[in-house]
Amino acid sequence: MTYETVARIAQQGGLIYFGLIFLVGIAYALWPKNREAFDRAARLPLEEDDL
Amino acid sequence: MDRGSPGGSVLLVLTVLGGLLFAVAAAATHDPLFRFQAYIFVAAAVLGGFALTAAISSGQLRDEPDKYMDGVVRAGVIATMFWAAVGMLVGVFIATQLSWPNLFYFPEAGWLNFGRLRPLHTSGVIFAFGGNALICTSFYVVQRTCRARLFGGVMPWFVFWGYQLFIVLAATGYLAGITQSREYAEPEWYVDLWLTIVWVAYLLVFLGTLWKRREPHIYVANWFYLAFIVTVAMLHIVNNLAVPVGLLNHHSYSLFAGVQDALTQWWYGHNAVGFFLTAGFLGMMYYFVPKRVERPVYSYRLSIVHFWSLIFIYIWAGPHHLHYTALPQWAQTLGMTFSIMLWMPSWGGMINGLMTLSGAWDKLRTDPVVRMMVVAIAFYGMSTFEGPVMAIRAVNALSHYTDWTIGHVHSGALGWVGFISFGAIYCLVPWLWKKEALFSNRLVEWHFWISTTGILLYICAMWVSGIMEGLMWREYTPQGFLAWSFIETVSAKHVENVIRMVGGLMYLSGVLVMIYNLWRTVRLPSAEPSVALSAPLPAAA
Repeated sequence: MTYETVARIAQQGGLIYFGLIFLVGIAYALWPKNREAFDRAARLPLEEDDL
Repeated sequence: MDRGSPGGSVLLVLTVLGGLLFAVAAAATHDPLFRFQAYIFVAAAVLGGFALTAAISSGQLRDEPDKYMDGVVRAGVIATMFWAAVGMLVGVFIATQLSWPNLFYFPEAGWLNFGRLRPLHTSGVIFAFGGNALICTSFYVVQRTCRARLFGGVMPWFVFWGYQLFIVLAATGYLAGITQSREYAEPEWYVDLWLTIVWVAYLLVFLGTLWKRREPHIYVANWFYLAFIVTVAMLHIVNNLAVPVGLLNHHSYSLFAGVQDALTQWWYGHNAVGFFLTAGFLGMMYYFVPKRVERPVYSYRLSIVHFWSLIFIYIWAGPHHLHYTALPQWAQTLGMTFSIMLWMPSWGGMINGLMTLSGAWDKLRTDPVVRMMVVAIAFYGMSTFEGPVMAIRAVNALSHYTDWTIGHVHSGALGWVGFISFGAIYCLVPWLWKKEALFSNRLVEWHFWISTTGILLYICAMWVSGIMEGLMWREYTPQGFLAWSFIETVSAKHVENVIRMVGGLMYLSGVLVMIYNLWRTVRLPSAEPSVALSAPLPAAA
């Protein structure tokens, strides 16, 4: 493998890989079904302290 | 294994064996510096062995599965404040040395040299103060948000004391002149190995607690804390790959050379900023801000996007420390681009933290602890705006190697890391010691204003001196010669150095006020003979 090959894989492959990961993250955050769980999670620190 | 103190006897055996190993090493080595450090290991093993025996026989380490493990968090709070005072005091001292180099230069005492004290200051504040703040708040937060006692029996105590030993070994090593000359990773190979053991135990405690959680969802603060622990483990191991000169010698040589070495170093260095000084403290923000203002997280969805984009982007930003070096141009550009992209998660997180106050903005006026945390988030936004600007190659041409960088680091460390930790600890002390409230809110006000003014003096002075020296370094005469000798650019900064020292002294004074306030809080009569403590387990909510 030449330097150019490695550089190309790192640059183009990295772009695609991170683009996809980002889309997956956005989809998970915005998925309508998750809404209720996330709304509840947002209040987690406010719940009763004692075990 | 005895049920009274799970893992206690195993740890005791390991402590004794470790002590013996280092006693032999101290006897066998021909390297006086290594012997000195081995003695510290032996002393730690002796003290640890006695303390552990006493704790086991008195039943202090008994497992109480229906209670949170808060003793180790209390110890962590005390250690955090102790190292804050030490690390910042050293900072003020070296600022004094920079201001009056003739008066505070001690050629006969090598350990008082600026070069040895500087890593003591940086590690003291980042790893001793910041690290203890992260460990103790993460132990507190993971228990509350998982509704589970810390995992691992005596392991959390091992993590706490093991980490203090790491700090003492590193600090005494720097003073003695032991360093592997890697920024923010100066400790030598045997200290690195020790920290690896401690850190893996930390990871196990955290993962084990998550594993046995009684709350189905893993709260976002825990994601940030976990990212901090996992990534720091990876960074620490790769950056410190080295071959010791000998097993009884303190010195080692890095496995990397040349530009690979430089890139590994800054991949580590910048991610120490990203994951140690940012992700971990964001975990702190996502628990203590909602808790203190009694409002839910503004947008939990934004916090998820914040988390994933922050961790995936930060890891690539390191090359911006190597502009105009032998590093390939495309790698420099990559580091610069990812640094600019960091604006999005950083400001998303800042907005999320600030907007959590919606409906409770009045607390900004009435509660100085809330104000401290809000100013911390504002500094987070400010320094994460400034950082990417400085990462742009053309700006970096002016800012690199100047005091501007030092000012930037301090707006992040004093403004963001310091203030969010102080806010969390002001919350924690009354909760942990079962007090109604802090001893004095007015002293918190004093702390807030003294320290905020100190930060502003510090960073403004460093902007001025940094840009000034950057401009002086690049100034040519009409004949094409450099206009200034290096020492002229140093002496031109005298006034700014003095202002910096005053700013640091003010920040330190605020911390001393805080320590007094916390000490008086701990000595207040307890709020109630805690009925809640012995309350039965609630059904999982």
